[in-house]
Amino acid sequence: MEKRKERIDRGIKARSEDIFALSSYREMLYLLVPRAIPVVGLLFLAPFLSPYWREIFISTSVYALLAISWDLLISAGLVSLGQSLFYGIGSYVAGSLNHYYSLPPILTIPIATVAGGIICTIVLLPVLRLRGIYFAMVTLVVPLMFSRLVEATRILGGTEGLTGLTPFPSPWVSLYVIEIAVLVTLFGFRRLMGSDWGLIVKGINDNDRSVMSAGLNIHWYKAQVVFLGASVGCFAGAFGTHLDMFAGMPGFALDYSIMPIAAAVVGGAGSFAGPLLGAFILVPLSEILRSLGALRIVFYGMFLVIFVVGLPEGIFRFLQRKYHQFERWVEVS
Amino acid sequence: MLIGTLVYGFVNSAILALVAMGFNLTFGISGVANFAYGAVYIFSGFFAWILLNSAGLPYIVCVIGAIVGAGILGILMYYTVILRVKGIALSEVMATFGLGLAIMELFRYFDFVGFRYTLPIFFDGSLSMGEVYIDYQRLIIALIAIALTTFLYFFTRYTKIGLAFRAIAQDERTALTFGIESDRIGALSMAFGSALAAVAAIVILPLGTIAVEGGYEVLINALAVCIVGGLGSTVGILVASVLIGYAQTFTANYLEPHWMILVSLIAIAVILTIKPSGLFGKQKELEERV
Repeated sequence: MEKRKERIDRGIKARSEDIFALSSYREMLYLLVPRAIPVVGLLFLAPFLSPYWREIFISTSVYALLAISWDLLISAGLVSLGQSLFYGIGSYVAGSLNHYYSLPPILTIPIATVAGGIICTIVLLPVLRLRGIYFAMVTLVVPLMFSRLVEATRILGGTEGLTGLTPFPSPWVSLYVIEIAVLVTLFGFRRLMGSDWGLIVKGINDNDRSVMSAGLNIHWYKAQVVFLGASVGCFAGAFGTHLDMFAGMPGFALDYSIMPIAAAVVGGAGSFAGPLLGAFILVPLSEILRSLGALRIVFYGMFLVIFVVGLPEGIFRFLQRKYHQFERWVEVS
Repeated sequence: MLIGTLVYGFVNSAILALVAMGFNLTFGISGVANFAYGAVYIFSGFFAWILLNSAGLPYIVCVIGAIVGAGILGILMYYTVILRVKGIALSEVMATFGLGLAIMELFRYFDFVGFRYTLPIFFDGSLSMGEVYIDYQRLIIALIAIALTTFLYFFTRYTKIGLAFRAIAQDERTALTFGIESDRIGALSMAFGSALAAVAAIVILPLGTIAVEGGYEVLINALAVCIVGGLGSTVGILVASVLIGYAQTFTANYLEPHWMILVSLIAIAVILTIKPSGLFGKQKELEERV
């Protein structure tokens, strides 16, 4: 007697997808609880952590931002293997504004976010006309080239970097700045992808020709996606710079590229919540495994391979399915 | 000075061509962009070193061992990872990238860092041509690059496997109807690409030390040459490696060695703006360009 697994949407899911959501507390809670988890977790968990883990909480959030930015790019079919480009550019813009013009963080971070986004978009503009692996290739090359450029020309502090930058007034300020940024990006991007604009972006990923034949300029949309993704990455970089009081070549390091990709793939690409979840699994895990040294990157690489091959939907989609559907075994007749 | 620059520019071009050939072969045949290419290169270097220094085998055996080992590694990667995500370009990129990182950083973890990791040069000594001195190893690199190109030319035209390679590259479905198994050819193309990486490693690495960073460098050079030349085009690879090779050497000699690394980036940017499919990437132009 053979059996197969049957998956059926819960009744409450079907009902609460529509205006009925407003009809009962149960259905409102059903919609609200999953969305409340990241808000409560990010805003109210930190006071209960020890100072050491609070710092890791902050750096996890930085990686989460980079992972969410990666996820926006992949929604338009652009695989970025160089998130460190965004981090490095953001960190250098903020760092040099603070170092040479002594602007306070409250100015440098917004300027770095926007200006960094523009710089990265211009750098990546030639590749946007191509589809497929070209974008991946160029994003892999560019951050390494930038770090070599800094090393070779000795501009912006050369190998030493820019040190002694203005720190945040208190750890709590930095904590809440980054957590609010993560939440705004997470819900903002989710909202954006649900809008008409998001539909076009998804369309470019699925079939760019048909989007073109609808009379839409896909290069313009891709440039917008890259600008948004790069801005978020540059914000993370600018924030990280003021946090460490240092801007330098490590900003272009491989860590900032591989970690967000691994987090997004483990969590589940395409949902924005997945990368957040992935970052909050992988970064603390790597902190526990700190004694392993270089082996950590090996782990990220292997995580990436295992999840791409074995569980392409990621952990978040898996959990989402469990929440929205019930499963039962039925006989195959 | 000028003659010297010309000679060393040629050697540099040969190095770039050697490095890019394997990457290009795999991509041209099975459409897999092997981002673990740099890792395979480094793996074969260290593998030869281990065979030579830890196992104490004669050098020629180590060379053959490294080439065969790299080929087997390529086949293993194909069947365990690439085959499962074949056709999904983005997943292929991420999976091979992760795999390459894991392999390279594993070598770093096991402490394969330092000046003692060098491969011996084939013949000692150097040759003088007028006022230019060139050591035999660089000469051998140039010769092997030429020999390999010729070999690949005849191999893909006069052997059964070579013809099957080209058939799969041109039209996979029609090739299937002729009884050419695309999975097997895909695996073989990975094996050949990896073996070519091993050949490049064995000839080029004696010029310096074997370092994990070299893997990233090789991958970047291969990508630069392939983008400029047009992915999947052998003529393009040769032209692009000559262009970039000479451009690098001239910048290093007449400007400053620091600027050498920027040449590839500028070449990529210029080519992508003017002719996105690469210099000789005509065949794929319609597909890649949107």
